[in-house]
Amino acid sequence: MAMLEVKDIHTYYGNIHALKGISLTVEENEIVTLIGGNGAGKTTTLRTISGLIHPRSGEVFFEGEKITETPAHELVYKGITMVPEGRGIFARLTVFENLDMGAYSQPDRSNFNDDLERVFQLFPRLKERRSQVAGTLSGGEQQMLATARALMARPRLMLMDEPSMGLAPILVESVFETIVEINKSGTTILLVEQNAMVALSVADRGYVLQTGEIVLRDTAENLRQNEMVQKAYLGIE
Amino acid sequence: MSKTLSQNTAGPINTFLIVQVIISILFIAFLTWRLYTVIDSGAYGPDTWLRFAISGLIIGSVYSVIAIGYTLVYGILFMINFAHGEVMMLGAFAGYFVFEALKSIPVEATGLSFLDSYQIVSVILAFLAGMFISAVVGYFLERIAYRPLRGAPRLIPLISAIGASIFLQNAAQVTFGPKRRTYINPASLQRSVGWRIPVAGEEVILTYTGVLTFVLSILLMVTLYILVMRTRYGRSMRAVAEDKQTAALMGINVDRVISNTFVISGVMGGAAGVMWGIHNGIIYHYVGFIPGLKAFTAAVLGGIGNIPGAMIGGMILGVVESLGPAALGIDFQLKDVIAFSILVLVLIFRPSGIIGEVLSEEKV
Repeated sequence: MAMLEVKDIHTYYGNIHALKGISLTVEENEIVTLIGGNGAGKTTTLRTISGLIHPRSGEVFFEGEKITETPAHELVYKGITMVPEGRGIFARLTVFENLDMGAYSQPDRSNFNDDLERVFQLFPRLKERRSQVAGTLSGGEQQMLATARALMARPRLMLMDEPSMGLAPILVESVFETIVEINKSGTTILLVEQNAMVALSVADRGYVLQTGEIVLRDTAENLRQNEMVQKAYLGIE
Repeated sequence: MSKTLSQNTAGPINTFLIVQVIISILFIAFLTWRLYTVIDSGAYGPDTWLRFAISGLIIGSVYSVIAIGYTLVYGILFMINFAHGEVMMLGAFAGYFVFEALKSIPVEATGLSFLDSYQIVSVILAFLAGMFISAVVGYFLERIAYRPLRGAPRLIPLISAIGASIFLQNAAQVTFGPKRRTYINPASLQRSVGWRIPVAGEEVILTYTGVLTFVLSILLMVTLYILVMRTRYGRSMRAVAEDKQTAALMGINVDRVISNTFVISGVMGGAAGVMWGIHNGIIYHYVGFIPGLKAFTAAVLGGIGNIPGAMIGGMILGVVESLGPAALGIDFQLKDVIAFSILVLVLIFRPSGIIGEVLSEEKV
């Protein structure tokens, strides 16, 4: 049984038909990526899975349980967290307070310090800036904070929306190294990226979206070799 | 885009600044002159000035507590809960009925009523009743008047708030009648009775009700500030205020936080209502309206959405409107004019308030 199973979802923004029957699966311990251009429906797919919006038809299953209509704040307790597009850090809260909000769904406070140590080990920079107001962090540090905050919820499935957005190339590399590291320690990852090259280099499998539909599904390796993908998303003629 | 914008507006902004400075200087010069002539005339002795200042601080502390109710809701929903004055009024009535009921219970051991036999318990009961009733009103206000309009343009919930305010006022008038009621305080909390402080050969009375009001206001505000700034629950409120979607992704039940914000705001309003009743003495269905508007002014003055701002704004407003008529040598009936002139001036010259933050685009 797949960890996450999305079956033929149709999502609308008002009258706009944003997702026209998306189906995908994510197996445990995989990194799966959704690639595609602007307006392809990548973010909408993640928002639908995370419960921020609900599809008009179709179903979403997480570990066999139907979560199509479950609101976002309950999904966190089931083990799904999302790092939203544009990072969504709480700019007026301190780094520590942001991380504490990440652990909001963890009633057992005894784990809190261990988890905090773990994310500080992953991102030593955050430890230095622990009591700094998050809005004053640099873009890269904010991405670290958003990722660290998501980890504080002890997710089994982490949805990441454009983690490379607005970052310098060297930072993009380190962000993706961290993603692989997080995955190795047992968190399944569904990753949305415009930077298809990097995404396909870390992912196991990928889906290519175009105007709300999946046009290609394959292993990351095969997608990298695919002529259409190379032309449209990798910039290889 | 922003570059061209700032280039286009650079001229007008500078002119506006210069006009601001000139008007401010003229205004301050005028105030100084009035103040000088009033003091020079010797119309008021130092004891009178002290009396005004004390009464200003006491009323100001009540404004602060009410203002916090506005500011909490604004901080989370970016809407002005114009029915908050009525929430306070209903709390005042709840406290009144508790005192009235306790006054009618005789206690054999003392030969007095329950109210006069167990005064501290009575006061606590009145405050609990006021806070409870206002919290309930606040909760249902949000559920009925605001939640269905959550996604609507910002003007819509504002209109709904004004409607709720009128509705609650009229409902109170029909239920309790239009007559003015005098708060029946416990024996040692009689109004205008208190410690006598000699000042310049005169006596200034520091009333017990005033001290109770002031101390309680400070206690409530400090408690609330600690709740919001130091606890995980307060953190989640601030997270919701900043970004509701991301807060939901953290596992925070946003609707519940919003409900609870109205409950907390109601608790503050109810306490303010009972304080108003105990200290000022007279309540009726309209009693929440003017203090509500004043507290809104105080919240704007301090910087709406900002808790310390509401505290400071309330105190300043209370003192200014109490000292103002005397300092300017004008009629005391004009103190409301002073309060609302402050609102207009703040909105023109410093809409973000004394310690207000610059609003991000998304909030505006």
